[in-house]
Amino acid sequence: MARAAAALVLEDGRVFGGEAFGREGSCLGEVVFTTGMTGYQETLTDPSYHRQIVVATAPHIGNTGWNDEDNESQRIWVAGYAVREPARAPSNWRSRRPLEDALDREGVVGIAGIDTRSLTRHVRQFGAMRGGVFSGAALAPHTEMVARVRAGRAMAGADLSGEVTTGAPYVVPAQGGKRFTVAALDLGIKTSTSRMMTARGIEVQVLPAAATLEEVLALGADGVFLSNGPGDPATADAQVALAEQVLDRGLPLFGICFGNQILGRALGRRTYKLRYGHRGINIPVIDAATGRVSITAQNHGFAVEGEPGEEFATAFGRAKVSHHCANDGVVEGLRLLERPAFSVQYHPEAAAGPHDAAPLFDLFVQLMEGDMNA
Amino acid sequence: MPKRTDVKHILVIGSGPIVIGQACEFDYSGTQACRVLRAEGIRVSLVNSNPATIMTDPEFADATYIEPITPEFVEKVIEAERPDALLATLGGQTALNTAVALHERGVLSKYGVELIGADIEAIRRGEDRQRFKDIVRAVGGEVPESAVCRSMDEVRTFVSEHALPVVIRPSFTMGGLGSGMAHTAEELERMAALGLSESPVHEVLIEESVLGWKEYELELMRDHQDNVVVVCSIENIDPMGVHTGDSVTVAPAMTLTDREYQRMRDMGIAVLRAVGVDTGGCNIQFAVHPETGRMVVIEMNPRVSRSSALASKATGFPIAKIAAKLAIGYRLDEIRNDITGETPASFEPTLDYVVVKVPRFAFEKFPTADAGLTTTMKSVGEAMAMGRSFLEALGKALRSMETPGAGMWTGPDPEGTTLASTLQALRTGHDGRLYTVERALRQGATVRQVHEASGIDPWFLDQIGSLIELRAEVIHAPVLDAALLRRAKGAGLSDRQIALLRPELADEDRVRSLRHRLGVRPTFKTVDTCAAEFPARTPYHYSAYEFDPAAESEVAAQRQRPKVIILGSGPNRIGQGIEFDYSCVHAAMALHEVGYETVMVNCNPETVSTDYDTSDRLYIEPLTFEDVLEVVHAEQVSGTVAGVIVQLGGQTPLGLARRLADAGVPVLGTPPTAIDLAEDRGAFGEVLATAGLPAPPYGTATSFAGAKRIADDIGYPVLVRPSYVLGGRGMEVVHDEASLESYINRATDIAPEHPVLVDRFLDNAIEIDVDALCDGREVYLGGVMEHIERAGVHSGDSACVLPPPTLGRQEVEAVRRSTEALARALGVHGLLNIQYALKDGVVYVLEANPRASRTVPFVSKATAVPLAKAASRIMLGATLADLRDEGVLPATGDGATLPARSPVAVKEAVLPFHRFRTPEGRGIDPLLGPEMKSTGEVMGIDITLGHAYAKSQIAVHGALPMKGSVVLALADRDESLGILLAERLAGLGFHVLAAQGTAAFLRRNGMDITVVQDGDGEGQHARRIQEDDITLVIDTSHGNHPERAEGSELRTAAVSRGVPYVTTIQGAVAVVRGIEEASATEPEVRALQDWHHSH
Repeated sequence: MARAAAALVLEDGRVFGGEAFGREGSCLGEVVFTTGMTGYQETLTDPSYHRQIVVATAPHIGNTGWNDEDNESQRIWVAGYAVREPARAPSNWRSRRPLEDALDREGVVGIAGIDTRSLTRHVRQFGAMRGGVFSGAALAPHTEMVARVRAGRAMAGADLSGEVTTGAPYVVPAQGGKRFTVAALDLGIKTSTSRMMTARGIEVQVLPAAATLEEVLALGADGVFLSNGPGDPATADAQVALAEQVLDRGLPLFGICFGNQILGRALGRRTYKLRYGHRGINIPVIDAATGRVSITAQNHGFAVEGEPGEEFATAFGRAKVSHHCANDGVVEGLRLLERPAFSVQYHPEAAAGPHDAAPLFDLFVQLMEGDMNA
Repeated sequence: MPKRTDVKHILVIGSGPIVIGQACEFDYSGTQACRVLRAEGIRVSLVNSNPATIMTDPEFADATYIEPITPEFVEKVIEAERPDALLATLGGQTALNTAVALHERGVLSKYGVELIGADIEAIRRGEDRQRFKDIVRAVGGEVPESAVCRSMDEVRTFVSEHALPVVIRPSFTMGGLGSGMAHTAEELERMAALGLSESPVHEVLIEESVLGWKEYELELMRDHQDNVVVVCSIENIDPMGVHTGDSVTVAPAMTLTDREYQRMRDMGIAVLRAVGVDTGGCNIQFAVHPETGRMVVIEMNPRVSRSSALASKATGFPIAKIAAKLAIGYRLDEIRNDITGETPASFEPTLDYVVVKVPRFAFEKFPTADAGLTTTMKSVGEAMAMGRSFLEALGKALRSMETPGAGMWTGPDPEGTTLASTLQALRTGHDGRLYTVERALRQGATVRQVHEASGIDPWFLDQIGSLIELRAEVIHAPVLDAALLRRAKGAGLSDRQIALLRPELADEDRVRSLRHRLGVRPTFKTVDTCAAEFPARTPYHYSAYEFDPAAESEVAAQRQRPKVIILGSGPNRIGQGIEFDYSCVHAAMALHEVGYETVMVNCNPETVSTDYDTSDRLYIEPLTFEDVLEVVHAEQVSGTVAGVIVQLGGQTPLGLARRLADAGVPVLGTPPTAIDLAEDRGAFGEVLATAGLPAPPYGTATSFAGAKRIADDIGYPVLVRPSYVLGGRGMEVVHDEASLESYINRATDIAPEHPVLVDRFLDNAIEIDVDALCDGREVYLGGVMEHIERAGVHSGDSACVLPPPTLGRQEVEAVRRSTEALARALGVHGLLNIQYALKDGVVYVLEANPRASRTVPFVSKATAVPLAKAASRIMLGATLADLRDEGVLPATGDGATLPARSPVAVKEAVLPFHRFRTPEGRGIDPLLGPEMKSTGEVMGIDITLGHAYAKSQIAVHGALPMKGSVVLALADRDESLGILLAERLAGLGFHVLAAQGTAAFLRRNGMDITVVQDGDGEGQHARRIQEDDITLVIDTSHGNHPERAEGSELRTAAVSRGVPYVTTIQGAVAVVRGIEEASATEPEVRALQDWHHSH
C-alpha cells in the first residue's frame, strides 16, 4: 500500500519530504527532537509534549507495537510525530496493535521517511521552532504551508496547563498501607509519577491546575507535588503563587520538570527558553552534594536561571542549585536548605528512561517524615 | 577525584596471538590503553607475544616485551620493570587469567604490584558460575534453573519441577562429551543415563534450556564513585544457542520496549555492583523468553571484551580508552567525550542509525569440521556495517564478508531444496542463516513458520520479508526509476544485486551509471554518540541512502591538505588478518606526520584502523568497488584526493586496484598493471624468464588431460591450485596421476577463465620469504626469513627465522639479486613480498606479491625498521635515499645485512584445530599443508635460535615440555633424523614412546622403546596422554602415505588434550633444540627497545 506524500515544514521555510504516517491531514506545533531509543509509547502519551511535533532520532519506530500498559496518560498528546522508518509489523509479547493504528485512532498526523538526522541538526543549529506536517490532501504549495506554520502559536509565552490538566480531582490510592497524602497539582502529570508515589505508601490526590491552597489544605495533605507539563513556565503565575503559599506554610514540596520551574520562580528565579531543549533518556545530571552522576530522562524546553552548585537567598531562606546537567551546566534541580522543598528538572519517574533518580521519591517521603537532613 | 598520583608505572598485558574467540579487538583495546596511559605521563611496560599488533610497536610503550604471556615470563618482566600496577582487563581472558595466576603465586604481593581495573575477588565472582548465579539471585534477578544430579531419580525430580527441554552436561568430560539437549522424556532417560556413565564422577548438571530465547548483551562502565553508564545494547538475531561471536548481532536492541530495556539495565547495573567491578567495562548477557518476557542473566565478563570493541565502534564511545582512565582514578564525568569535545563521558550514547555485525567463518579450510553453530565460537572474524535502517546495515554487512554470497540473491539457491528442507535447515544455527531465512520466505513460508523453526524474532523476519517484496518490485517495474532505485539502495542492495535482478542492466557498472545519472547517491552521516544533539568534532562516517530531498551529507570540506585514502583489509579471515591492519595503521600515522589528511576505509570493528583516533577521517564501509568509489567521490567533492593506497590491506584492496584505476581514481604506488603482472601466471612467467630467474616448471590446464600432460612433462610431485586464490585455498601437493585426477574432479569451478595451475613441487626445499621495499629504482631488503618447515607447508603456517640461520652469504646475495630484478621488472613502488625455494643450491622464485605481506610487522619488529611507514612514503614519492636521510630507514645496510650481534627472531603460527570437532565429535587432524590454516602468530626473540624458538613454542602452547613422555611416530624418510632426536630427548630425561614402525627402527639402533599401538582410537590415545604423562607428540607419519588423507588419532588426541604436537621433522628438530637450550639456561626477557638500541 503506497503512502500519501507528506511534508514537514519549518517556520524558517525549510521543508523535509516524506510520507504520511498515522492520520492524513495537517498539524501544527513546535518541532522538537527526542533522542531516546526506546519508549515511544510513553513519549507520545506524555502530556508535556502537548502542542509539539516530536521528531524521533531513533531510526526504527514502532517495532514493539502498542500495548495496554505503557501509556503515561489517557491519550496521545503530541501534535505530530516525525519518524524515519515505522515498523511494518510490530513484534513484542505485550503488543496489542501497531503504533500506526494507535496514531490513526487518535487522529495524530505523522510523517515518515524524512531524514530525521538532517532535521535534528537543523533544530540543533537554529533552535526549536514552529512547524507543521501536511500530508495527502493537506499538502499545499510551499509558501502556503509556511504561512500556516507562521500563523501558529509559539511555545514561548504559551500557557498550556489548562489544556492538559484533569477536569476534576481524583485519587490514586496508596499501595499497601497508606502513610501519607500528597496533593498533586496536575499540570500534565504522568501515570508513572503517581505510581512511584503510591508504591511508597502515598495516597495521591490529583488536583486540577487551578487548585488553590484551600483545596490543598482541605485534603489534609502531608505534602504537595508539582507535576511536569507543557508550556512556558513564565505564564504559570497561579501555580507559582500556590507554591509560595505552600512554602510559606512549610509543607513539604516536590516538583518535577514544570514543577521545578514553578519552584524556581517561587524562589525568585527567572526561567528562560533553551535553544532546543533537553529531550532524551541518556542525560547526565550531577548531584552537587555528592558529585555523583545520574543518567536521567528529560523533556524540557525551558530552564531555571542559575549556576551549578550556586547557593542563593530566597524569601524562604537559603536555597541551592542542587543538580545540574553535566553536558551544559543547565539547572536540573533546586533545594531549599531550611525548608522541606526540592525539585528536579528531569524525570525521576522515568517512563521512558532509566531509573537512576528514583530515590528522589524516597527523599520526598523522608521530608514528609520530617527528616530535613535527608 | 582526578588521576591517582601514586601510580607512575603500569604493566599492561596483551592477549597474545589471534585465536578464535580472542582476536585483534584486544590489540585495539590495548593500544588505546597504552596511548591513554602514556598521555597521562605514566610509564607503560607491555607484554604481548603477538608481533602483528600495533600495541607491540616500540612507540606505543616505554618497554615492549614480545615474550610469552605466561605467569613465569610476566614475572620476569615484573622483576625487570618493577611496575606500580598491573592492568589486565584489556587483554582478554589471557591477560585476566595471567593476572589471577600471578596473584595466586604471590608474585604481585612479592613485588608490590597493585592490580588495577578489577580486583581478584570480582574476577572470581564474575567467572565462577555458581557464585555468579548466587549473586544474580541475591540482587533479585533470575538465572536458568539448574541442579547437579547424581542419579536418574534426581534428574527426574528436577525435570518434574521444571520443564523440558533441559540441557545435560556431564561433569568433567572432555570437549563437552555427552552434553546435549533433551526434548522428550525418552531423550532425557537415554542422555542423562549416558551422561552419568560418561562422567568420571557420575554426575550431570541438568539445566533449564533457554535455547531459542531472545539474546541480548549490555556493555556497562563503572567508575570508582559508583557512577554507571550503559554504553550499548546489542541484540543477537540468532537466539540463544549460538555463541554471540557467531551470531549476527544488531545495535541498538530492536525489539525491546522501554520497560523491558530498563529492567535489563537495572539488572545489569545491580549485577555489576554486586560482582564488584570497581572501575572499567564489563559485558553482561541476558536471555528473554519471547512469549512471556521472562528475563534471565546468562553470564558476565568482568573486563573489556569482543563485544566492547564492537560497542565502541558502533557508538563512538571508546570503552577501552575510558576503562584505562578509570583505572588510574578518573571519574566518568571527569573524562571528556572526544567526539563532542564538550560533553563528559558520563552519559549513555544514543544512536540514530543501526549497526549490524556479521561473523566470518572458515569452514572451507576445515572440511571435516562440524559447521553447525553452537555455544562454542567458531568464527574467525567479523564485519560491521552501519546504515539508517536495519536492512541497509544488514546488506552492507553481508557484502562486507567478501564471501561468494555478497548479499541476498548473489549466489544461486542450493539445488533441490524444498520449503520443508529449508525450514529444517533453519532449526540449527549455520553460516548464512539469514540467507536461509530469505529462501524460506521466498519459498512461501510464513513469518510464524520461520520463527518457529529458527527462533529469530518476527520483526527481523518481517524485515527480510520486505526485501522479498522489494525484489519483486525491482524485477517487475517497467522502468527502474529514481524512487525505486533509491528504495532499493536504502534497503541495502548493492548495485551488483540490483543488476542481477534487472538483466537488461547487465552488470553493476550499468546500475551505477544509471544511479548516478538519476542522482541517486548516498549521503554520509556521522557517528557522534548523541544522535546529532551536539556537534561532532570527529569525522567518523558511514554512508546511507535517504529518501528525503532535504537530506544532508556531513563530510566537511577540507582543502588545505591533500588526502590519502587507505583501504583496509575487511573482516579477519585465515590468510588475511591483523598483520594487514598493522600496515594500514602505519600508513595513516606516517602520512599524517608528513602533512597528508589520512582517510581510512574499513569494516572490521575489531581493529585499530577503525578507531576514530587512528586516521584523520574514518569510514565504516564495505570494501567493495561500489562502496569505495562512493567514499572516494565524497572525499573528492570535499577536497583534493592525492590517491588511494591499495597495497597495504592485503588481497581485498589489491583486488580493487584495476577497477579503481579504470574509474579514474589515482592508485598510489605500484601501478595496477604491475599487480596484474604478478598475479597472471603466464605474464609472470615471462617476467621471470626475461629477468633470468629460475622458477619451478609449470603449466596451466582446464582439464585432467591437460593437467596430466603438464605433470608428465615436469614430473611428480606437482603442486596444483586454482588460479587467483587467497591463503593457498584449494592448494594441494599431488604425488601421482590418480590423485591428480581426483583433484581435478573435485575442483568443480575449473573453467577457461579459471584454469588450474600445475607447478613442479620442489620436495624438501628450504623456503625463504622476503619483504622488500622498492622506490622504482632502488631496493631495500626488509628481511630474509628462512622457514623451519620445508616447502609444501603454507608460509603462513610455517615457523620462520630472521636472520636466516642456515643460509650462506652467497645464497642471501642470490636472494638479493633476484629480489632486485623482480622489483624492477614489475615496477614496484612500495612493498613486495617474494617466496623462494632453495634446492640444490638454486634459488627458485615461487611467487611474488606486490603488496604488504603477513610478515611485515614481524620483520619490522625484529629489525626495528618500520617497513609499512616507509612503503607509504614511497607511494607518495619519497625515495629510499630520502628515507635513509630522514632516518626512517637505516643510513646504511638493510635487513639482509644485519649485524652479527642482532637477536634471532622466530615467528610461529598458531593453529585453531582444537576449536573444531567432526559432526561425530572426533578431533580434527592437525596436519599442515599448502593451504593456510593458522589464525595468528607469535614471536620469540632472543640471542640464540634455540631460546627464540623455545619462547615461540611457549607462547603458542603455554609451556615447553621439559619432562614426561614423548611419542614419536615418524615417516620412513625421517627415521635417520629420528634416532638422533630420540637419543637427545632421552638424554633430556624424557621417556620415549614410539609408534610400531618407529619403535622397531629405534630398537634396531639400540634404543629400548615402549610401543604405542597404531589404530588405538582417539579416546585411548587421550587416556594414554593422561596416564603416561605424555607432554609432547612428534608425528610425521603422514609422510609415508602423503596421498592418504585420513587423520592420525594420535595427532587428534594431542590436539584435543592440548598437548604440544609437531607434525614435521624440521619442527621436531627445532623443538628439541629449544628444549635443550631452555633446560641448559633459563630464557631471559628483554624489551624490544633494548634489543633495538643494542645493535
